[in-house]
Amino acid sequence: MKIEGKKLIWKEYQKEIATDDYFYARSCIRQNFFPGSEKAFTRILKDELGKNLYDSQHHTSCTGIGYHTDVVPFETTMTVVARQFSLMQEAGYSNYIASCITSFGLYTEIIETWKHFPETLEKTREYLFKATGREFSIPNNLAHASDIIYKFRNEIAAKAKFRLVDKETGCPLKVVEHIGCHYSKMFPHKGVGGAEFPYVLTGMIEAWGGEVVDYPERRHCCGFGFRQYAIQANRGFSISCSRKKFESMAPYEPDMIITNCPGCPMFLDRWQYALSEMEGQTYGKNGNGIPVFTYEEVAGLVLGYDPWDLGLQVHQVPAEPLLDKIGIPYNPENKFKGANGEDLGQPDAPNFLKFYKE
Amino acid sequence: MNEKKLAFGYTVSKDRQIDFDEASLELYNKVCAAEPSIRLCISCGTCAATCSAAKFSDFSLRKLILQVRRGITKGLQAEVSKCMLCGKCQLACPRGVSTRALIMQINMNLQKTGK
Ligand code: SF4
Ligand code: SF4
Repeated sequence: MKIEGKKLIWKEYQKEIATDDYFYARSCIRQNFFPGSEKAFTRILKDELGKNLYDSQHHTSCTGIGYHTDVVPFETTMTVVARQFSLMQEAGYSNYIASCITSFGLYTEIIETWKHFPETLEKTREYLFKATGREFSIPNNLAHASDIIYKFRNEIAAKAKFRLVDKETGCPLKVVEHIGCHYSKMFPHKGVGGAEFPYVLTGMIEAWGGEVVDYPERRHCCGFGFRQYAIQANRGFSISCSRKKFESMAPYEPDMIITNCPGCPMFLDRWQYALSEMEGQTYGKNGNGIPVFTYEEVAGLVLGYDPWDLGLQVHQVPAEPLLDKIGIPYNPENKFKGANGEDLGQPDAPNFLKFYKE
Repeated sequence: MNEKKLAFGYTVSKDRQIDFDEASLELYNKVCAAEPSIRLCISCGTCAATCSAAKFSDFSLRKLILQVRRGITKGLQAEVSKCMLCGKCQLACPRGVSTRALIMQINMNLQKTGK
């Protein structure tokens, strides 16, 4: 195929991402799972890229988990989301960034619904007004936070203190990228690269010096699935999905996994621990797991942020082997210290997965 | 180190992925040539629901047909021997699959190959 033709086709797989003035909606679960990630995002956007970002204190959950587990009806969800948009409008913004993939998918679904069913939009306006006296406008530009980091990946690379490269050999690290299903599988044209060639994380990995691992189950779901996880007895489905991915990627000996969803890093990380305890199986070398990161954590590492400021100490699969491989300095003594320097105590070591204490 | 494995209240399910590079469609092709009505099966499970043998065993004709179609022949001989050839399923099948003849064909071919 001619290069021009290729470029023309690739254009169709791009999405428009606003360049500045963002309204940021956080995730309701990410700050528990990966507590440094959203902070890293706001820091990168404001301090490194000099962008205008409005971090609202007033927004709520998008109700996505409740919606997908059939606890919250769609009408309620739409009204809650309308309120978030109303907050955006009130703050004087029209570019909306969702930190969460579930929210991003849900906002997309709702905006599409309103587009095709204007009467539903009117109903939502009515519900919101009756409930809160608020009015709202639909964002001009809706992006997921990973779209923003993707857009500025080269600017981040230009400021990088570290690259995703083995400091001993100079070889690029082998990176598994995992895209949240609700990012591009529901509305393919709303994600960079669509459902066929999701490029949002691959673009970051390539810009920061790593090499993407193309393994058979690359596009398999991580196993989060709200219904699978919400009920304890069903969690076997969830862990089995993750296991399938680990089995498929392990022969390629990846150095790390990068994800862009709240659930994927949580499950790819924590299930490695659960699998090690249930089956005695670990997927990295020498009893290590494969460390799992959010894209903000990786951007932060590349920019030279302190690993403990990024919250890497709460990962179940220790990040230390990767930090050592890249040559990122860290103080093991500070691993379990709070922001005020107070010792928070150390967790119990797992039985099989290698654990790094001070 | 405590080597005891932990139980969390759920289990890891066995992977049931079918590798089509490894699966053999030899049996299916032979059965299909002798009893083409196997192609009509839509895996509705009516046969299995009405099956007399299924009352006393875990036999499922729907599953058996699916396995043959997917080239999974391991353990089929033992499976097929659970059928008592009463023909009840044939009366129930909404697609007109000649189930009894099909089961006999599967059985005969398995016996020939010794699988
Ligand atoms: S012929 Fe076999 S499969 Fe059909 S109903 Fe009778 S026992 Fe069941
Ligand atoms: S009843 Fe007929 S169509 Fe349905 S599964 Fe059995 S053989 Fe197939």
